[in-house]
Amino acid sequence: MTDAVLRLDRVNSFYGPVQVHFDLSLEVVRGQIVCLLGGNASGKSTTMKIILGLLKPRSGQVLFDGQPLTGLSTPQIVRRGIGSVPESRRLFATMTVRENVLMGAYTRDDRAGVAEDYERVLDLFPKLRERHGQQAGTLSGGEQQMVAMARALMGRPRLIVMDEPTMGLSPLHVDRVLEMIQTINGQGVSVFMVEQNASLALQIAHHGYVLQTGRIVLSGPAADLARDPQIRDAYLGGAQAA
Amino acid sequence: MFPTSFGPWLDYTINGLVIGNIYALLAVGLALIFGVSHLINFAHGSVYMVGAYIGWLGITKLNLPLPVTFAVVAVGCGLLGAVIERVGLRPLRNAPRIAPLLATIGLSVVLDQAAQLLFSPDPRALPTQLPNWRIAIGGGSIGALDLLIAGVGIGSAALLYGFLRFTRLGWAVRATALDRDAAQQCGVDVDKVNRTVFAIASALGGVSGLLVGMYYNTIDPNMGFQAGLKGIVAQLIGGVGNVPGAIAGSLLLGLIESYGIALFGTSYRNLFAFVALILILVLRPNGLFAKARRLPPEPLTGTFIAPSRPLVLPRWLIGVLIAAALALPFAVQQPYLLQTLGNAWLYALLALSLTLVAGTVGQVSLGHAGLLAIGAYASALLALDAGIPVLLAVPLAGVIAAALGTALVFPAFRLRGHYVSIATLAVGEIVTLVILNWESLTRGPIGVTGVPPLSVAGTPLVSGQWVYWIPLAVLLVFAGVQTRLLSSHLGRTLRAIREDDVAARSYGVDLNRYKGLAFAVAGFVAGVGGALMAHFYSYINHETFPAPVSMLALTMVILGGLGNVAGAVLGAVVLVGLPELFRAAAEYRMLIYGVVLLLLIRFRPQGLLGTV
Repeated sequence: MTDAVLRLDRVNSFYGPVQVHFDLSLEVVRGQIVCLLGGNASGKSTTMKIILGLLKPRSGQVLFDGQPLTGLSTPQIVRRGIGSVPESRRLFATMTVRENVLMGAYTRDDRAGVAEDYERVLDLFPKLRERHGQQAGTLSGGEQQMVAMARALMGRPRLIVMDEPTMGLSPLHVDRVLEMIQTINGQGVSVFMVEQNASLALQIAHHGYVLQTGRIVLSGPAADLARDPQIRDAYLGGAQAA
Repeated sequence: MFPTSFGPWLDYTINGLVIGNIYALLAVGLALIFGVSHLINFAHGSVYMVGAYIGWLGITKLNLPLPVTFAVVAVGCGLLGAVIERVGLRPLRNAPRIAPLLATIGLSVVLDQAAQLLFSPDPRALPTQLPNWRIAIGGGSIGALDLLIAGVGIGSAALLYGFLRFTRLGWAVRATALDRDAAQQCGVDVDKVNRTVFAIASALGGVSGLLVGMYYNTIDPNMGFQAGLKGIVAQLIGGVGNVPGAIAGSLLLGLIESYGIALFGTSYRNLFAFVALILILVLRPNGLFAKARRLPPEPLTGTFIAPSRPLVLPRWLIGVLIAAALALPFAVQQPYLLQTLGNAWLYALLALSLTLVAGTVGQVSLGHAGLLAIGAYASALLALDAGIPVLLAVPLAGVIAAALGTALVFPAFRLRGHYVSIATLAVGEIVTLVILNWESLTRGPIGVTGVPPLSVAGTPLVSGQWVYWIPLAVLLVFAGVQTRLLSSHLGRTLRAIREDDVAARSYGVDLNRYKGLAFAVAGFVAGVGGALMAHFYSYINHETFPAPVSMLALTMVILGGLGNVAGAVLGAVVLVGLPELFRAAAEYRMLIYGVVLLLLIRFRPQGLLGTV
């Protein structure tokens, strides 16, 4: 078996009577960027909720570093070493950039290490150094995305999960965000991202899964998926992906 | 009454700021709680009362030094706050947003009644041990207690600012208030944050109660109700969930009250607060300091309709029950029993009225006793002062209650969820206060004596059977009409407003018109109920229909199942009839209502017969 930092094993999940996932299984190999692709209502965002413990699967389990996350609350899961960049960023709008980033270190008690890591993420995103006293809600979309990623990094996670990191950003910022994700991955952090924009995601991912109405219908190395004409037509919105 | 020199005005200003400081201690806590849990905590006033009593125990029984007393009050109330969060609210985390609000009402009733049983309902003196000097300044003066209150107020605000700004837990509180999910994804344990916030808020509230007790040198178990409402008003003036706004709103409210008392007299005090509340809700629902004149989004909406399949009673069973109810006076002769059940039928009219607006239309009214009061006074005064025959006065009173009630609640029609409840609560209080103060019409605090009984052709209908039959007959007619109404097109429209007012509007439903119609029907039913009460009781005053009656009505309709006509009748019989029949000691009755309300919200939100 491969060295998987995250593994979903035959997950079945429901919203009330409606089943969202049908025996969903996937894995994130340590050190890789893995993307989960799919259209609206395919169950992408619900997958994030399952991983973060915001929704409990009815059957199946989520394994992080080989340990099941069953029964853990979201804060407990975060403490295990999963950082999150939520959909549409979800910053604390009236708190400063500095406060937002440091909220990511909420679970840590080593003050010195936190201060060190704070400098490190500011080096990674120099723009935030200029903005550190500004309210996060006043930043541009791209800058907010930086704050969200910096925040996720501050918990020293082994895995960061991202929900549509490029959504709502201008094309210019989209490229910056993809670079940032690669930078984060370069720090040795595994990345699991959910994306609707498949062609973008596959540019930087190592591996991809395609989700359709709660089932994985295709998976493979990102390069193969990007070339697969069937995917381009059926799942990735042919024209857009071309 | 109208001081012309500067000195008294300075005193009124100082007094206003002192009272404002006390409100601020309450309002800040309410704002914090609203921030993290989107809940308006109606139990906050009761915590304040508990603080006053803990302080009383410390000062008069244990002879503790004052600083120790303050510490004991803060810790005791902080623990109480944590318990309230754990027991009353956390289990309702995933329930509709109005459920925890109702739970705080239940908790407040339980705490107030428990205090009444423990310490007796009589007021107690709370002597201060502070030196009795006053500094004269510019014609006014400041005493040691004024300075202590100001010091506690400013000191608490500074501590709170430091906590929120510089501590890790304080950051977590702010983060949770801004985005609960995102805070959880940073590893914040939001349960701990909630517990902390309830503890801090309750500690401040308890200290506030102690200070008030010292300021007026008197405390009583019911002091919390009005104080809690004032805190809510102050918070709304500043904008819900806004901590600095709550402080500013409190000082403003304190000054308004103090100057208002100077100009109009003490009995008007509470009127200013509630009129200010209605004005704020209508003109600036986001508070004075909000930028835009708009309503806050989602968290405040949602009714307490638990999905359920209502129990459908077969027609023959309803017929048998009605026949049995009608025939009861032939089998039972005790006037006491008939009178008790007659009273239950009268309360059933109130429940019928409330279940229509709260259940069918989803506007949870907390001031429904006000409609009873309007009906009662209208009918009594029409009969006594205008010489109109009672049989004519009663329906006229219904019409007046319908018109006045609808007009008073009309400004709240554009509000949703919690705001409707707060606005109707304020309207109920305003009705009572107007009755108290409009002496030339209502005879003020003396009340109306010698209200003539119902009579036909000169024969008064006061015997046991009539006291039973008349309310029952009226109830049967109204219940029949309401049942028909619910199964009509109109009933469907009203339920559509409850389920999704935006969707209803987008299908062309004029919300104001239908809400108005529902409140008018409800006002008529409750008004007739109140009128009958006036003629059976023969004496009414401004305290005949107090706020707890509104809470009792709410408990009845939730017990029966919101929107359920038969349920409203059942609720009234169970809650008004049974305690009387079992001779449950009167002092335990309100406590029982509070407990019943809490248990229902937690375990059977759909009520006994199910929601419709």
